[in-house]
Amino acid sequence: MRRKLFGLRNKRRMFNGCVLIFILFAALMFLMPTVLTIANSFMTSNEISANYGAMFSNMTEKKKVFISDNVNLKFIPDKVTFDQYKAVLIQNSDYLMKFWNSVILTVPITLFQILVAILASYGFSRYPNRFKSIIFFAYIILMIMPYQVTLVPNFLVADKMNMLDTRKAIILPAIFSPFSIFLLTKVMKRIPVSYVEAAKLDGASELKILTKIYIPLCKGAIVSIAMLVFIDYWNMVEQPIVLMKNNTLHPLSVFLSEINTGDIGLAFAVGTVYMIPTVLMFLYGEDYLIEGITYSGGIKG
Amino acid sequence: MKNKTKDQCGRRGERIFSNVCILPSFLGVMIFFFVPFCIVIYYSLINNPVLKEFVGIDNYTKLFNNDAFIKAAKNTAFFSLVSVPLAVILSLGLAMLLERNIPGKSIFRTFFLSPLMVPTASVVLVWQVLFHNHGTVNQIVEACGGHSVDWIKSPYGQLVIICMFLWKNLGYNMILFMAALCAIPRDIIEVAELEGAGAWYKFIHIKLRYLSPTILFVLILSMINSFKIFREVYLLTGNYPQDKLYMLQHFMNNTFNSLDYQKLSAAAVLLALLMIVIMAVLLITENIFGKDVES
Repeated sequence: MRRKLFGLRNKRRMFNGCVLIFILFAALMFLMPTVLTIANSFMTSNEISANYGAMFSNMTEKKKVFISDNVNLKFIPDKVTFDQYKAVLIQNSDYLMKFWNSVILTVPITLFQILVAILASYGFSRYPNRFKSIIFFAYIILMIMPYQVTLVPNFLVADKMNMLDTRKAIILPAIFSPFSIFLLTKVMKRIPVSYVEAAKLDGASELKILTKIYIPLCKGAIVSIAMLVFIDYWNMVEQPIVLMKNNTLHPLSVFLSEINTGDIGLAFAVGTVYMIPTVLMFLYGEDYLIEGITYSGGIKG
Repeated sequence: MKNKTKDQCGRRGERIFSNVCILPSFLGVMIFFFVPFCIVIYYSLINNPVLKEFVGIDNYTKLFNNDAFIKAAKNTAFFSLVSVPLAVILSLGLAMLLERNIPGKSIFRTFFLSPLMVPTASVVLVWQVLFHNHGTVNQIVEACGGHSVDWIKSPYGQLVIICMFLWKNLGYNMILFMAALCAIPRDIIEVAELEGAGAWYKFIHIKLRYLSPTILFVLILSMINSFKIFREVYLLTGNYPQDKLYMLQHFMNNTFNSLDYQKLSAAAVLLALLMIVIMAVLLITENIFGKDVES
């Protein structure tokens, strides 16, 4: 009997060990692109083109001599240099301009989308009626559509309002994107009704209930939804290409995708610089992201 | 909902306040999405924006005879049907593995979430390095004695894209599942264990039941994200990728660029209809399965 138990425990330990190794392996695979981008940003541009140049045939003939036929995945630079960063941040103001373009698009979108979403989710979660649930269903459909479906409507509106080639063409529709409403409504519906009743007994107005009960209780969810929205728009590519022909207004995300095919030496450094805001957000808000939508339930919540 | 009894009969002013709250969002959606979408429906029914003759479902029949559209629809359907269920199953699996007592749980969690941080263009760059004709994956394949394949340009291209989709989305889905697993009442599982229930029985009859709302939620999120992966495909291959990677979004982008609004509008309306059907089915399913564990 004792022996059997011992065997069982051993077996379980073995199994846990296997699981650990598997998860370690998978987790490293997931982390790999982040590490690669950061590590390679410290390489000299010759080293980068020697290792990755084979991917792009449009390299100059002179450089081609040094390029190996294979594309080598390389994590540790032969020589650590900050030249790439110097080129990106100091020598050429283009990148910082584009970075600013990204900020000025993404920050208003995130802030206002969250603001609209807080109000709307409150409206959806209090006094539900048939009309509201129909609107909510329409929002879900809208949310799930690929961007290309809303592309024509967006384009039509921007054209009518003379907003093409301005930032407004991207910012305004994005503010009313229902994604954050969908998530936040689900969280707000989980708030126990007893809190609201207690507040009402004390004579709190609806506005007070919103600002003093709903918003503080949903703080984590609001932060984590804001992070998701920010990350999504921080990486936008399609909208600027369609709605802004004038590429001086393009965000760095579009520009970054164009660098990849040309000046690959800089691509990693620019990518790393572009990663800074999201990394900082992660350091500050990872716990919110993990606990944020904790009571996530079904569609109606 | 629990709050029906007392909440429903709130005073009139209070109910109006909750409606006013929806108003900004409602107006915005009307102006920027709904009204223009009605114009899109109108466009899909006329022959061209100048003559404006009503042609009925002509544009739709043309669409179904269009090879590019059929190809794109097939590819997109295949991609979504494979990748969305995979994203749900694999992230649930990962969440259950991480639920065990293993050291360094929170570090692993951060690692799995890290794809959210990387800019899309850098991801694409890394993917090019990995799956290039002379890239890392091929070097490994050759070292193991296999034949190298030009991954992105071959029929395996879809596999590459599915990998990228999973890599990007598993982390966040896993977080959602982990939270849901934590929320399952301990006592129910303990009772089941006392009664001698096996691991499989516990999974099917208890965990899955409590997870079902989250599964639906993750399903919807994954569907949205499966459409968003177009961004990466587009950056990886441009406007005209190889046959297997030609998605509906490519088709719509290209018809947009060639100013063929009729074809594009018809495609958009069809896609919208399909989404309505899918969502309705999901909602009904949730009503059937989710009821007994909620509240």
